[in-house]
Amino acid sequence: MFQLMVGTNFPFMQYRRIAYVVSALMALATTGWLVMNRGPRYSVDFTGGTLLQIRLSRELPADQLRDALTDAGFQGLELQQLTGEHRNEFIIRMKTTAPGEDTLVTKAIEQRFTGESVELRRVENVGPKVGSELRQKAIWAVLSSLGAILLYVGVRYEFKFALGAVVALFHDVFVTLGILCFANREVSLTVVAALLTLAGFSINDKIVVFDRIRERHKSLRKETHSRMMDIAVNETLSRTIITNITVLLSSVALLVWGGEVLRDFSLAIVLGMLLGTYSSVMLASALALDIWIQIDRRKGVQAA
Amino acid sequence: MSRNDQWKLAGVLAATLLSFWYLYPSYRYYSMTPAQRAALPAQELKSLRNRAIHLGLDLQGGMHLVLEVDTSKLSAAEAADAPARALEVIRRRIDQFGVTEPLIQLEGENRIVLQLPGLTDRGTAMDLLGKTAKLEFKLVRTPEETQSVFERLDAFLAAQGTAQVDTAFRRAPLTSHFLELSSYAFVRQEDLPVVERLLATPGIENVIPSDSEILGSSEDIAFQGVTGRALYVLKKEPEMKGEMIASAEARLGLDQTNPGAWGVSMTMTPRGRSEFARVTGNNVGRQLAIVLDGLVASAPVIRERIPSGDASITGNFDVENAKVLGIVLRAGALPAPVRIIEERTVGPSLGSDSIKQGVTAGLVGAVLVVVFMSIYYQGSGLIAIAALLLNVLYVIATMAGLSATLTLPGIAGIALSIGMSVDANVLIFERIREELRNKKTVRQSVELGYDRAFRTILDSNLTVILSCLFLFQFGTGPIKGFAVTMIVGLVANMFTAVLFTRMIYDWILSRGKVERLSI
Repeated sequence: MFQLMVGTNFPFMQYRRIAYVVSALMALATTGWLVMNRGPRYSVDFTGGTLLQIRLSRELPADQLRDALTDAGFQGLELQQLTGEHRNEFIIRMKTTAPGEDTLVTKAIEQRFTGESVELRRVENVGPKVGSELRQKAIWAVLSSLGAILLYVGVRYEFKFALGAVVALFHDVFVTLGILCFANREVSLTVVAALLTLAGFSINDKIVVFDRIRERHKSLRKETHSRMMDIAVNETLSRTIITNITVLLSSVALLVWGGEVLRDFSLAIVLGMLLGTYSSVMLASALALDIWIQIDRRKGVQAA
Repeated sequence: MSRNDQWKLAGVLAATLLSFWYLYPSYRYYSMTPAQRAALPAQELKSLRNRAIHLGLDLQGGMHLVLEVDTSKLSAAEAADAPARALEVIRRRIDQFGVTEPLIQLEGENRIVLQLPGLTDRGTAMDLLGKTAKLEFKLVRTPEETQSVFERLDAFLAAQGTAQVDTAFRRAPLTSHFLELSSYAFVRQEDLPVVERLLATPGIENVIPSDSEILGSSEDIAFQGVTGRALYVLKKEPEMKGEMIASAEARLGLDQTNPGAWGVSMTMTPRGRSEFARVTGNNVGRQLAIVLDGLVASAPVIRERIPSGDASITGNFDVENAKVLGIVLRAGALPAPVRIIEERTVGPSLGSDSIKQGVTAGLVGAVLVVVFMSIYYQGSGLIAIAALLLNVLYVIATMAGLSATLTLPGIAGIALSIGMSVDANVLIFERIREELRNKKTVRQSVELGYDRAFRTILDSNLTVILSCLFLFQFGTGPIKGFAVTMIVGLVANMFTAVLFTRMIYDWILSRGKVERLSI
């Protein structure tokens, strides 16, 4: 029988303050980035603008292409060259939403480089009004979905668990966003979809641990809170790690083989799964424990 | 095997058979070559396509457009139905463009969403949306004239010797395809492509009299129970232009001999009134075709001279097509400027690349999960893998059965749910292992494992379903596709990972005393 992390006895609760510091630092860094840059780097979905994905018949250095487009009068565009076997493909982002801009780009390239032909593979053109609508919808979706999860967990579990789970969940989603920001990735519709999915995945993990804590709370009445939580976290450790491994296997496959369109989505899922594993083990129960201790203290019970 | 288990087995078998039943059309449709598809009768192909899984625009390539009808310069009354009129005009134009299965619908107050699969000729599409419609009234040639024109075409085509073995087809290459030839020619749906090709023969324009033209009907019509289209020979020079219509609407009781029938009543502008009186007076007893964007919307018979400018069209209308014709008459031109406020176009090559990459990533992920599970849980891992395969089968079959649309994020959703679907089994297996370590018997351990894990599985699946429901609310097309596959995957997961695997264990345990479990 193969086993991973079975019969472990890590004193997670004892080291919870380290986890708090690590998580607080990550959350602070994310907040700092968001404040300094006035929000994440939104894709054209949310800002309005044009994204073109083109494929050239012959490979060109990005600099030359940029020069050609600047000379043709395109201001403030961003050029991204794809890698590997797609080196002859470029993604161009422009602020303009005027229709027909794509044909101008194509023409400019074909005129400058004789013999070059441009295939337009993808056009996304979002008007500013639609962009701001989508942004509002995205914020609404994220908040209401977090709210619904809080409500569900709050009804199903006691307050201390619900709060611990939701803080941990918020941490997972927020820090994932932060890492994407630091990696200079864009927040697009699909990234928001990934963040919402992560919220579901993340809470799933915590529920399993909390179910076990509740069970152990009944069977191990004599143990201190923190000892009991350590037991529950250690007992569910193998499960937490194995299910996260299987989802990670699928999402890493998506990241590596899934192509450019899915790249940011898969990256967000992979990051979020790693963070979720960490917070399920190190953070969620620890938070619940501290809330529990506070509650006990108010009630005048000796702290565990 | 207990009675309970027999029911479970019957359920699993039924669900699996049903899945194959729903998947078969998709298998057939997508394994056909384009040539095989072309060889299939149009009706059959359409029904097959409807039953196969729909691919999103991001996978098959195509255009997604959101248009905004600018009603700011219209009066309140005009603004109220301007979007509906614009939609009708656009629908007619798109239909002529030959896009397979376009989706055109109103969204919100003044937006129109267009999905044009397979259409990536962007320039033409944009022109089509921007140009103004042409409404004209043209005289239909008399039956004798009509027949003589088609006979001349027959003679011309026969001389071209478009090699047909059958003698009837050789002598009358064109008219032998007509079920009816009077004041119009009726062509069955399935013969339309052939007839269109014949009418496009080079040089044919010199055979059609220079003051006449041949136009088709804009809608399907029925002739003796067969659906098809009508071809009309019309006088090329229009009698009147559409600008002369002031209003048009669907009404009951326009036909005195048949008061229960729907029709369309029109009023003309003052100039239109005198024009219309002249045209109708000169052509009593003949048919006047209402031609929109080069297609015949209707061809009513002129009963008498109409001096009032109040004209009506009666005939074979039900309430729906009377309304549509009313809209068309009013909506000859786009009622208000239309702006594209969102465009998402995926070229066909990127679409097929996406399918390849999505499927590759999904398969690689599945292989990794399968290898991991079979090493880690051995025999029990194989049970979980069987459950996983059933899960994927059910998800794809449900998508086909619901006529849901598979998008690239949807493929990602299936790939992710492969990793997730074993979660329930991992929970159960870890629990069973724990009970085994506590020196419980195999049977007790299995029972406890399932009982204790079930509530957790339900809770955790529900929370993910919850966040996917919000995703569905929020998402655009491709993301909705992701939410749907995730939700379907999680529901199927409850069935395969819990019920199905339990059934296998019960079956193993019922075969006698089991000392060791491969887990």
